Formats: sequence, C-alpha cells, structure tokens
Amino acid sequence: MAIIDLRNVTYKYPLTQESALKNINFQVNEGEFVAVIGPNGAGKSTLCYTVAGFVPHFFKGELSGTVEVAGADSSKSNLHEWVLNVGLAFQNPFNQISGAKYTVFEEIAFGLENIGVPRDEMIPRVNDAMKLTGISELADRSPYSLSGGQQQRVALTSILVMHPKVLVLDEPTSQMDPIGTREVFGVIRTLAEQGMTVIMAEHKVEWIANFADRVVALHEGQIIEDGKPQEALTSDVLAGKGFGISRYTSVARKAKETGLWKKDKLPVTLEEAVEGFAHV
Amino acid sequence: MNVEISNLTFSYPTGVQALRGLSLTIQSGEQVAIIGQNGAGKTTLVKHLNGLLQPTSGSVKIGDWDTREHSVAKMAQRVGYVFQNPDEQLFSKNVGVEVAFGPKNLGMSAKQAEGQVRDALAMTELSDKTETNPYDLSATWRKMVALASVIAMDTGIVIFDEPTTGQDAANIARIANVINVLRERGKTVITITHDIDFCAENFERVIAMSQGRILLDGNANDALGQDEILATTYVDPPQLTRLGKKLGFKGTVRNEKEFLAGLKK
Repeated sequence: MAIIDLRNVTYKYPLTQESALKNINFQVNEGEFVAVIGPNGAGKSTLCYTVAGFVPHFFKGELSGTVEVAGADSSKSNLHEWVLNVGLAFQNPFNQISGAKYTVFEEIAFGLENIGVPRDEMIPRVNDAMKLTGISELADRSPYSLSGGQQQRVALTSILVMHPKVLVLDEPTSQMDPIGTREVFGVIRTLAEQGMTVIMAEHKVEWIANFADRVVALHEGQIIEDGKPQEALTSDVLAGKGFGISRYTSVARKAKETGLWKKDKLPVTLEEAVEGFAHV
Repeated sequence: MNVEISNLTFSYPTGVQALRGLSLTIQSGEQVAIIGQNGAGKTTLVKHLNGLLQPTSGSVKIGDWDTREHSVAKMAQRVGYVFQNPDEQLFSKNVGVEVAFGPKNLGMSAKQAEGQVRDALAMTELSDKTETNPYDLSATWRKMVALASVIAMDTGIVIFDEPTTGQDAANIARIANVINVLRERGKTVITITHDIDFCAENFERVIAMSQGRILLDGNANDALGQDEILATTYVDPPQLTRLGKKLGFKGTVRNEKEFLAGLKK
C-alpha cells in the first residue's frame, strides 16, 4: 500500500511566477527507497518539502492537488502532527542545527524532548542513533565545532532518532567524504529493509545505483522518468537536460559507438561495468 | 609566489587538535587538490593560508609574507578564499556590487576594478545577472557569485573549499572551466574536495589528509591509485580508476579519454 500518495500536485512559492512543482503524481510503498534526481532548480527540494509538510505549512504559497502521507491528508493536518510520521534532513545542516544546545548529544535529543519522550527511553535512543551513523565519539563536542560533513551526520542522526515512518533526505551526504557517503547510503538501505520509507534527493549517481530501489527524475518541476535505477539512470529521456550520469554509463555509451560495449543495457554500477567490459 | 608551511600545528580553543605538525610547499602556479575524511583538518589548514587562523606552532609563509606578521586584510592581496557555503560570504544588494567589493577594497583603480569585475563575471557566466540580488538566485548561482567575487581580486593564490558540493553536472563543468582558466593564467589553485572524480579530472597534484596530518602527497596518478592508503582517510579512488583496476589496466586511469584509450589496447 502506498504510504506516500501525491495526486495532481502543483505548487507555487509565494511571490513567484512559475510553479515549482507541476502536476506531480507520485506514490511510494512502505519500505521503498526512492532517489530523486535532477539538475539544480528542477524541484527536488520542493518535492522533499512537500512530502515533509513544509510545503505548504511552513513556506505557504499555493498548493493544489492532494498530499497524503501515512494515511493523513496534508491539507487537514498541521506540521507538529506531521513530524511524528515524517522526518526531514535539510540540505544544509547549518539550517537545521538548533543553536540551542551545547553538545551533539543534546542536539540529537532535542526532537525527542519536544515530543515528551521519557528520559530513560531518550538516552538509549540517542546513543543507538549515534552508533548507527558512527558519531558516538562526537557526543560531547559542540555542534558548531564540527566540520561540514560531521555536522551533516549530526543533522541526519537527529532525524533518525525520531524513528519516522517516512524519512526525507535532501542531499544528506553532500559534504561527506566518499566512504562516509557510501556508509550512510548503506545505513539508509538497511533502514528501508526494516520498513522505513525513504525519499532522498541526491546527485551521487553511483550510490543511488547501488542502494536505491527506484529513481524518480525531475525536470522543471515535472516527473519525466520513474523506474528502476538501471533503467531510469540510463534513460534517453534524461539526455541533454543537465542530469548527472555515472562515469560508467558515460564511458560505456562512448564505447558502444565504436563497438567496444556490446550489451544493450548500459552500466550504472562498477560491477555492471566490469561485467560488460571484461569480454573486450 | 610559493606557499611554505613548516611544522604547522593548530589547536582550537576547545582543545581539539586539528593540525598535528605538517610541512608542505606549493609552487607558484600549481593546481592542488586536498582530499580526506571529514574532520581531517582540510578547512583548518587552508584557513591558515590567508591568516584567518594563526598557527599554534610552526609557520605559514605566502611568498615572503609570514601570516603571523600581516593582517587578514593584507593577506587578501595574495590569497583569495571561496568559502564552502556561499551564504557565509555574500552580503551586497546586487551581484555587480558584490563582485566589485573585493577589488575596490584592495585599492585597485576604478578602471582596473571594473575590468576585473567584468572578467570575473564573464568567467562565471554571470554577466547577465549583475543587477540581481544574490539571494534571489538559486544556490547554484550564489556559488558562482562567491567564485566571481574572489576571482575578481586577481590574487596569485585562489582557494576553493568544496566548490562542487550540492552542484549539478552543468555547474560542476562550469567550475572546472573556471579552474582551467586560472591554470592558464598561472594562478595557484588549492581546492578541497570530496568529489574524487572531479579531483582526478582537474588536478595534477593530490594531497590526502588524515587526522591533522598529510597522509599522501604526490602527483594524481600515484596518489589516486593507492586505494588502501586512501581508504584509511575514507576516500574511494575515482570511478574510472576503480574500473580500470578491476579490468587489469596498467597505471591509474583518471578520465574517460584514458579509459577509452586503455580499452582499445
């Protein structure tokens, strides 16, 4: 059953002329890990904000169509009810860190404090979440003394600790080191397998290809492709529209022109590329 | 002018020791990428180059200027620094004024400043946006404004702190082009990046940092092929380097051209 159900959603930010989302129809099943790709300005963040309830409840503006998440209708709910089901990690962790807490531990506990979780439940939940994202050793540091990538892990952890049904991540690894990025994708994959639904706006095509169940491509506010990673990431529909592709896909496409890539399907992962080129 | 770093250590007031003794020379006109895990000290290191941070011990010299003996304002004549987050450096009412601030502040004549601004705007493809408020632009274009405002200062050394973070393919290509133009002009470019494919395709020298020290320093072909050492600082080699290795190619493959050439052999 769809846990996220957007029907005919069109949305315009206040004081803007053009709609940021145009007639979006988007259903996601429980436990699916969906990556949202697209050039800057395509509407990825806006789609994230819509699922997370920030559009329209925080940003205002004009929304038409229906947005349902976990059985609740966005137009009949408010943000403080919505956040019990849906967690959003912002693109820039600096915009998310509360500024009200002296340590990473307290920062991560902040959301739980706000919803009244008892202390003896809160402490183990915070510890478990920090362990999951590998930041236990940062517990006593000030959130503002951390590097960009470390702050981003704190921002992600402070959402995971809430145990949301739906996890919405807006470029959650943009400032992370490469192996850290891969690890975070792995953690998110595991959470999806345990039943968490994940929507992730991302540019890092290689890790999308390895970890996501499905890829949705946005262009100028519209969904122009929706499918399994291998199909969507190599789709001709994306050509010439500013989408990033993996180097594996790119070199295989060029090799195909000279007959050095013989398969019909283009590779999106290292393994697929090795397999396809091994015969050359 | 060269960058000379000798036995540099730095501890933040909180007691966190971010740099644990490193020495480094960067020759005038070199293009250097600094890579390594989050918290390795990359940003802390480059903040020493224009005096934003002062060594706890050791020294940093830019040409004949020791950063301990000159103000940050003075160092700005030699070292330009583009922050990771453009919102930390933009403050003017429109793009033209923003980009002109640096050159004017350095005391360039009006005519010279104007030429620098025009050139920097053209290089970053912002010429049609001079009247726009930077905060009416998307994050992508704000990044380009941040680049332009530093390039316009015409410093011998330009530092980019994670220029490709959150950028799409088109803008990464624009940024690569800017770096290429700076190389042709003989500028020293020092770039912190986690985008290891971008690093392989645009930089000849790679420095990998780990826990406040230099782990690897060498030409990109050598450095990017050392997957076991890179893994200790949380870096995967570039996609095509990994693919080339799996396929048994000789040497380090750094870009599509090299890969396709290797395939034909």
